Order: sequence, then C-alpha cells, then structure tokens
Amino acid sequence: MLYAILCYAHEETVFAWSKEEEAAVMEKLQAVQAPLAASGKLGPVGRLMPTTAATTVRKGKTEPLVIDGPFAETKEALLGFYVVDFETLDEAVAFSRELSAVNPGSSSYEIRPFYVFRPGETRS
Amino acid sequence: MSDIAWIDAALTAARPKAVGALLRYFRDLDIAEEAFQEACLRALRTWPDKGPPRDPAAWLIFVGRNSGVDQIRKRGRLQALPDEETISDREDAEADIAERLDASNYRDDILRLLFICCHPDLPATQQIALALRIVSGLSVSEIARAFLVSEAAMEQRITRAKAKVARAGVAFETPDVNARAERLATVSTMVYLVFNEGYSQADPAREAAAFADEAIRLGRLLLGLFPGEPEIMGLLALMLLHASRRAARLDTAGQIVLLEEQNRALWDRSQIDEALVLIEKAIRHGHAGSYQLQAAIAALHARAATAAETDWPQIELLYRMLEHLQPSPVVTLNRAVAMSKSQGPEVALDLVETLSDALDGYFYFHGLRGNLLMQVGRKAEARIAFDRAIALARSPAEAAHIRRQLDCLKQDGLPAT
Repeated sequence: MLYAILCYAHEETVFAWSKEEEAAVMEKLQAVQAPLAASGKLGPVGRLMPTTAATTVRKGKTEPLVIDGPFAETKEALLGFYVVDFETLDEAVAFSRELSAVNPGSSSYEIRPFYVFRPGETRS
Repeated sequence: MSDIAWIDAALTAARPKAVGALLRYFRDLDIAEEAFQEACLRALRTWPDKGPPRDPAAWLIFVGRNSGVDQIRKRGRLQALPDEETISDREDAEADIAERLDASNYRDDILRLLFICCHPDLPATQQIALALRIVSGLSVSEIARAFLVSEAAMEQRITRAKAKVARAGVAFETPDVNARAERLATVSTMVYLVFNEGYSQADPAREAAAFADEAIRLGRLLLGLFPGEPEIMGLLALMLLHASRRAARLDTAGQIVLLEEQNRALWDRSQIDEALVLIEKAIRHGHAGSYQLQAAIAALHARAATAAETDWPQIELLYRMLEHLQPSPVVTLNRAVAMSKSQGPEVALDLVETLSDALDGYFYFHGLRGNLLMQVGRKAEARIAFDRAIALARSPAEAAHIRRQLDCLKQDGLPAT
C-alpha cells in the first residue's frame, strides 16, 4: 500500500538552523531514505518552503477567498512529505521512527495511507 | 546535531516572541532580557532530560515571567505574590495557559521589540547593533567583531542606546491600524539595514556576513506575523534574491564579479524560487511598493538564464515606476544602466549627465559615467571619471573593478598621461 509520511515541525526552529546544521540533518535523512530508494519503494519526496510562501484558497460565502499564508496557524507546520510503498503499517512506523531519530527539528511524522495515487508528469 | 545545538536553535527561534512578551509584562528591557536569560538557563538544565516542550516560546515566557517577578520581589519593588504564583515549569499545561494569553499579543510584542531598536535619534549602525543584541540575541562580542570595534566599546554603545530607548518610553498599549503600519514600515527599513550591513561585506568570512542570514530570518518572522503585507513579501524576496548570488559575487581573489559576468550556476535556486513565489503573491495585492519593485527587478535578473537574456526594457520600466514612487538620483542612475543596455550608451549618458550635481560624491556614478564614456569613445573623459571613481571606492574590490576597466582603456591605445 502507498503511504504518505507527513513531517510536522516547529518551523521557526528549523529555519533558525545554520547552513551546516541543515546540511548535516539532510545528509542523515538521505541515508535513511537510501535503502527504500534502492529497493524501488520510495516515491516523490518534498521539502516544503516556509509557510510564508503559502497561499490558501478558502470557501467564502459566494466566491472562494484567496488568503496569504498556510491553511491553519499552528505551532507545528507541515514541512515535508514522502510517498512510500510499504507492505505493512509496521514498516511505515519503523521508517518514521528512523526519520524522527535523525531529525531534531521534527516533532511528528503522520502516516497517512493512500486511496488513489497518480505518479504525475512534471519534469522540473 | 547535538541536543545542545537543537536547544540553541529553539532558544534563538523563540527569543523575539519571548523577550517581546516579557517586555510587555515588565515594561523594562533589562528585566525582560534578564528574565529571558534565566529561562534559557533553566531550559538548558531541564530540556535535555525531559525533552523539549511543545511550544518553546510559551514555556520560556512562563518561566521567564516567574523569574522576573521573583527578581523584582527580591529588589523589594513588589509585595510577595500569593503561593499559586510560585514558579513551576514542570507541565506543558501551564505553559499552554500562558500561551493562550500571549498568542494574541505576539504580533504586537515582536513588532514593539523591533520598533524600539529603531529610535530615530540612534544612528543606523546603533539601530542595527541594538536589534542584533535584543531581538536576535547575538552576543556583544559577536557584534563587536562584526563592526571591527572592541568589545568594551560595543558594550558601551549598546548600553547607551538602551538607555536612550528606555528614556524615550514606548507605547505599550496595542497600536491602532495606522500606528501599526508606521511601525512596520520603520522596522522593515531597519531589517533591510541589517541585511545590507551583512551583504555589503566583501569578505564572506567576516562575522558581519552572517547578518544577511539573520535579516532574512527577521523578514520571515515579520511576514509570518503580517502574512498579507505585500511590502513585507517584497522585502523578504529582495533579500533572498540578493543572498542567492552570494556564492557568485566574488571571485577567488575576493574581487567583485559583475552581475553579468557571474556564474549563474552558483546562484542559490531554492532562495530564488522562494523569492519568485513571494513576488507573485505580492503582485496579486495590486499595491506596488518600493521593496516589491526592487524585488521584481532583481527577479528579472534571476529569471534570465544568461546575462544576454536579461529583460532590460522591463527593468527600465520598473525603475521608472520606482522613480515615480520614490524619486532618488540613485534610482535614476540605475535606470540609466538599464537604458544603456536596451537603448545604447548615448541616451544613457544623457540621463547620467543630469545627475552630476546630485551624485558627484558617489562611486557608482563615476564608475558608470566612465564606462558609458568609454563605450562612446570619449576616452580621455572616461579616464578622468574612472580616476574619480577609484578615489571614491570604499573597498579594494570596488577600486580593482574600475582599474580593470582603466586597463581596457590603456590596451585600446590611449596614451598614458
């Protein structure tokens, strides 16, 4: 089954990292992903820009409203996601634990199985 | 990253919110800063064992407030408080209560904290130093090294600046819409000053170079507080676009590499992409402002895959809009650069000559004028302009850039005088 692994973190802390700290974390995260990628189970991975770059289209009374900023003002923001093909939930939990262990900025990894997935055609 | 490094990042991130809230409680910058320090020490003691709290800022405010109250009580300024007010930092639940009280104030707290650093009587460098000390939490020695002064001198400067700020008195009531907009504009200028203090460093290893990153962080902080302000989007985009060229700006000898000669593969794409998104968001608001226009100009450079593909006519148009919004000879000079690219050196030179009184003491004026004179073949005049530019250069890299053009002139066979 396909799972989305959603990384939530305290955004201000993550963006207070120095370039070196950031690079060190990214390298460790890469290492955790490598075996999955090698076995052909790792789908798209996304690191989201800060929530200041977000725009939200919200249902209005008549027309949808375009609002600057993220969907919800929360202490922890969605900062990244993985799409992975796991046999069992246990595997998804184990992977999320590994990610969590090497990422001091993350507060939660939410595991969300897919109904539908389209691989997409973007090239950039 | 070690525990300590993580905690350090969390404390840095929480600092503006926490010090801002504590300043609102105590209405005294020194007490607020001491209370925050005390809370940080406690965090360093307890977080490694217990793990970080869910909301570090709320935790620090809660603990800091209790510690500050304790301090004041010790100094005999207050009656002892009832028992239920005594310090307890065991539970996130308590911090949650504090958080609910504070969340609605964060925006004005942080704005106030930044705003007090912008006291009009303080020279720009002192505003920068004060903001880096109070808001960003840099140590006095770090700031002193960046400004190339002794630690004692910087300590004295910051103390004096703080005293001035304290005497001035800051409005603690919630500002109305107009006052808030004014504060935001003043604070934006200061954040951009911090950025330029860092970005103008020729040596990227210098302490001050880190100020550019700090300014970007402050810009993100401001935009997070005022997510619908197009000028803050513009400011952040502008800083990101300048910063994106950092690796390409200087050659291995530390000399300035002109924009058109920079290796564009060295530009930081993630910073550019973030900036482009912010500019698109800002434009949707339909209220052009000077940061937005400057960012839009920088974005046109960032979008061009090669220097030759730069959309100079569009850049000239944007400088025209900027001139209209914020008339300044420096903006006109920049428009002349765009004109020289899109319409040739003669028209640009005509425009530049109109600025000779206003910009006679300006390095870039003489540099550009010399370059345009060289292009139209008025070599003797070009030499004089270049000599004047070298005399006005503020860094060896700037002077070297002009000397290279002088060398071109000489190679073209102009007799040395």
